[in-house]
Amino acid sequence: MLSRTAENLYWLARYVERAEYLARTIDATLRVTALPAAYVGKTNEWDSALLTAGVAASFYQQYEEANENNVVDYLSFSANNPSSIRNCIEAARLNSRSVRTALTSEMWDTINSAWIELQEVWSKGTSTREDLAKFLRFVQETSLRFDGSAYRTMLRNDAYWFSRLGLHLERADNTARILDVKYHVLLPEEEHVGGPLDFYQWSSILRSVSALTAYHWVYRETLKPWLVADLLILNGTLPRSLASCYDNLVRNLDQIGVAYGRQGPAQRHARGIRNRLEHSNMTDIFQHGVHEFIQEFIADNSRLGEIITKQYLI
Amino acid sequence: MAVAFDEMNIPGGDLRPAYQELARWLKETPSEALEYRRQEAELLFRRIGITFAVYGDAEATERLIPFDVIPRIMSGKEWALLEKGLKQRVRALNMFLRDIYHGREVLRAEIVPDDLIFQNPVFRPEMNGQQVPHDVYVHIAGIDIVRVDANDFIVLEDNARTPSGVSYMLENREIMMRLFPDLFARHRVAPVERYPDELLAALRSVAPLSASSEPTVALLTPGVYNSAYYEHSFLADKLGIELVEGRDLIVKNNEVFMRTTEGLKRVDVIYRRVDDDFLDPLTFRPDSVLGVPGLMSAYAAGNITLANAVGTGIADDKAIYSYMPDIVKFYLGEEPILKNVPTWRCREPKDLAYVLDNLGELVVKEVHGSGGYGMLIGPAATKATIEAFREKLKREPEGFIAQPTLALSTCPTCTASGLAPRHVDLRPFVLTGSKRTTVVPGGLTRVALKEGSLVVNSSQGGGTKDTWILDE
Repeated sequence: MLSRTAENLYWLARYVERAEYLARTIDATLRVTALPAAYVGKTNEWDSALLTAGVAASFYQQYEEANENNVVDYLSFSANNPSSIRNCIEAARLNSRSVRTALTSEMWDTINSAWIELQEVWSKGTSTREDLAKFLRFVQETSLRFDGSAYRTMLRNDAYWFSRLGLHLERADNTARILDVKYHVLLPEEEHVGGPLDFYQWSSILRSVSALTAYHWVYRETLKPWLVADLLILNGTLPRSLASCYDNLVRNLDQIGVAYGRQGPAQRHARGIRNRLEHSNMTDIFQHGVHEFIQEFIADNSRLGEIITKQYLI
Repeated sequence: MAVAFDEMNIPGGDLRPAYQELARWLKETPSEALEYRRQEAELLFRRIGITFAVYGDAEATERLIPFDVIPRIMSGKEWALLEKGLKQRVRALNMFLRDIYHGREVLRAEIVPDDLIFQNPVFRPEMNGQQVPHDVYVHIAGIDIVRVDANDFIVLEDNARTPSGVSYMLENREIMMRLFPDLFARHRVAPVERYPDELLAALRSVAPLSASSEPTVALLTPGVYNSAYYEHSFLADKLGIELVEGRDLIVKNNEVFMRTTEGLKRVDVIYRRVDDDFLDPLTFRPDSVLGVPGLMSAYAAGNITLANAVGTGIADDKAIYSYMPDIVKFYLGEEPILKNVPTWRCREPKDLAYVLDNLGELVVKEVHGSGGYGMLIGPAATKATIEAFREKLKREPEGFIAQPTLALSTCPTCTASGLAPRHVDLRPFVLTGSKRTTVVPGGLTRVALKEGSLVVNSSQGGGTKDTWILDE
């Protein structure tokens, strides 16, 4: 397929995934900030929402204070934030238009309808919490529909695999960023002093990746930081864990490699990251330092993006 | 101006035969039901994203072309005549183009004046003596036809460069079949859905000799911001070929390749929807980023087919248009089946004098204009506009032609105040491959939605209709 088509499919999936992730982040933040002060502590949750989205610096160039209104507006609707939800959907639609021939009509319909709804219903942003809740649901549903229609309607060929690469690379980055911002609440076992504050921090982490119920299924335990970390980093059964993202990245890259009859640096690099995840355990990670581990992962992950681009997309 | 020919009603109250079933159906169908279907059609167009970009329109970069749900109907007999005329005209266009870039018999016989060719900005000296694969120049032609009475179809314009609108012909039919299955059940409408297959076959048939037995065809678009981008992606999709932009292509050793995820892949035939000027910055406009550097040398080497060929603009130029009847006679030795609109060539002093004396009744067009821009419609214009045009004409008479205001035929159309007659034209699409010329039965009917208006162009607020050719 055309390199440009593959690139557009890859980015299209990334944008949709990013929009959903931002909606989840806002949703989880709203829940925490709605708690009485005693449960939340002094940390500014809106600040950490900006940090996980990776836009804190640019935010403070335009706003004085990270409060609900400012942050929601910046993450959701701001035209000045290149990765606001609105800009993600705009970019997804532009990419979709230029690769319409590679999309199924269901996928196009999902993106195009979302884009129309964005303009018609959400052009002025949201004014009430109820409105905001509706908006966040709309974004999450768009992503579900997009993902579902891709899964159900696309041929299993390179177009599908490139789009999945974008999705899993973005997803891995998002999960890693949440962990990176919150690593301070994921302290090693012996240093942990459990309290309501930490409890809600952990549950908000799980909520932002839609894994709260999954946690209980997997561990049948109360929330514990090292288990939260274990779930998000190493548990291959959780779709948003780093391990699961890399299982998928390796598989999709292999499928492309087989179809094209050629392997390359992207396949090797992805396998390297997956092997490291496979051979890690939480004790080692804590000893090494959660922050350091995640930082390295984020760098490795974005390096994979660069390698894929060089090998296939330009 | 004469009373317009009504395609549905014979003066005195009788219906023309092709419309009888439709009239019966309209009588049975409550107007609310019609309105409901109209809204549904609009929704469908929007959701599928069938849009048209209007240049210079800051508000809406993408606009829907209004769609009228009342079909325009033609009998099989009428169509048969039209089809014959279209094929004849396109055959002559192709022979004319080959001649202009080779022997120039037509100039030596003084059928067409030399300076109209050599001083014309759309004439491409680069094409002199250049062999094009299979001698086909105009692979896809869109011939604009109007009707002024029961017997005559008149060619308003030949579009021999990159005519658009065929996606609307196909989508209009899809949407009509979805919304009005009962109405279709009562008619035998000739299908148009074969068009993409015919187009692909035509394009493959003209592959260069150096192509493999399975030639690769690609559609070249200027990109998502082009007004007809929807059509480009629609056609690439239906044809199952890659939709490429200039940056996807690269020329190496006079062969054209596209950049794919598996490396470079040779392209043999390009259905290009990029104008001549932008095709190759090394040959034409050096500032263009839409094209492919070196494309013209690959073309000259015979390694790529461009459809339509480079330089076809000389055949659809409005200055040449008035000579078409003679051109048909010259090459085919046949009487032209389709008439021309009588045309005054302002470059000729006698004609100019007449035009200046009668501006109020004439339509004056720029020789190189398109899309309904820069024209004067005498009967509808203010005195000031007419005077302004008079000055333009005196300053640069060779830039204009004039035609009588035609009473374009009308078809019943949904309007705010119910069904009312509105003027229509028709653009059928004529495909020419190495062996044969084909026309799928129908075309794009454009309709002027404003009462009395004769301007059907989508860039001027015109709409479209499904065109039914009855299979009898």
